[in-house]
Amino acid sequence: MKYIDEYRDKDKVLSLAELIRKTSVKPIRLMEVCGGHTMSIQRFGIPSLLPETIELVSGPGCPVCVTSRSFIDQAIAYSKLENVIITTYGDLIRVPGSTSTLDKEKAAGADIRMVYSILDALNIAKANKHKKVIFLGIGFETTSPASAAGIIKAQMAGLFNFSVFSAHKIMPPPMAALIDEGVNINGYIGPGHVSTITGSHIYDFIPQKYGLGVVISGFEPLDLLQSVYMLVKQHETNSPKVEIQYSRVVKPEGNAKAQDMLDEVFYLRKDWWRGLGELEASGMGIRDKYAEFDAEKQFDVEVEPTREDKGCICGDILKGLKKPSDCKLFGKACTPAEPVGACMVSNEGACHAYYRYNKDSQ
Amino acid sequence: MCLSIPAKIEQIEGDMALCTVGGAEYHASIQMLDYEELNVGDYVLLHTGFAIQKISKEEADATLKIFNEFEKLNVSLDEEEIQTGKRIV
Repeated sequence: MKYIDEYRDKDKVLSLAELIRKTSVKPIRLMEVCGGHTMSIQRFGIPSLLPETIELVSGPGCPVCVTSRSFIDQAIAYSKLENVIITTYGDLIRVPGSTSTLDKEKAAGADIRMVYSILDALNIAKANKHKKVIFLGIGFETTSPASAAGIIKAQMAGLFNFSVFSAHKIMPPPMAALIDEGVNINGYIGPGHVSTITGSHIYDFIPQKYGLGVVISGFEPLDLLQSVYMLVKQHETNSPKVEIQYSRVVKPEGNAKAQDMLDEVFYLRKDWWRGLGELEASGMGIRDKYAEFDAEKQFDVEVEPTREDKGCICGDILKGLKKPSDCKLFGKACTPAEPVGACMVSNEGACHAYYRYNKDSQ
Repeated sequence: MCLSIPAKIEQIEGDMALCTVGGAEYHASIQMLDYEELNVGDYVLLHTGFAIQKISKEEADATLKIFNEFEKLNVSLDEEEIQTGKRIV
């Protein structure tokens, strides 16, 4: 496929890996903060191409993994209301809440429907005017503009039986929080599709305040290797900066239309991240002017007390402090078929990606 | 979750476009782009039903050119190392 196959050329991959081996002298630890990168890095076996000086660690880049169980619990509480249809991306359906999952509630009779796009959820609302349709809004800046567009469309169409339950989050606060906590990294592989929306300037504070580099990367093997090469060069020459490797899609200014939509519909609020706790101005709430489309304001439900599983080290894995294979549950009590923690449920969670692509080498 | 795929625009109808991904067809919203400036044959990046950016052919070609240059650089470093007997960084 165009714009994919040419970035998987085997000879170029091997040549670039060789160039990285020749360039890297100082030990360097790089963190990716996008679940798509986590998947690609494991799928294409990128670590096996790199010298011992370079370590890649996964950060909090999987929205499903960092979201609190209380969000799932509240969504389940909504699903138990009369005449409510829950619409959700497939990613959330098997994520454990405190005592249940959306999948289990669906099996028990709740009307929970998987959609590919919020536009599908709007069509469900149009076709079911006598019911309330709640869309579970999850994801970072790549995904939240779609939710904003959906809310604006619902208002224009007078679809007042439609609302969004927002768990949308933004990337820069956890990237700062990790460095503030003293997590040992020398640079970030910046998220490609978040940056498509936001542009590259949102990371300017990272080299300025913390002296770490950020290279915004594409998702194919050559993209990732080039990004590693660029970060290694920055590290070797002590010149941290924000660079864009994924220039065919990411512009320094980002997508202004999508940014305007985000600003129109959402405001920043304090939010909870697995592993990092509460971070100021890291979540996206729906502005009062769109209160009619805000599930939190439209429905009052009692939510069960949140319970986290003991033994799951998902929080430490999301901070790059531990690897999936460090967890006692990994591959034993916790597998993709029977996941304990969110990092194993989502196919872009670090545990799921390690299990899927590395299990035989563990 | 941020998974997005390159898709080719086959037809434009207002703020919607019929796109193809491999052999599959999909109706995507192009409202997040300056869609008046989009043309049939352009490639866009699709995410959850929305085109979130037009893919720049020029930038894509430039990146591919860099990979060719890396290959050449690699070969020249090898030659230099053989000639000097030293590790070149």
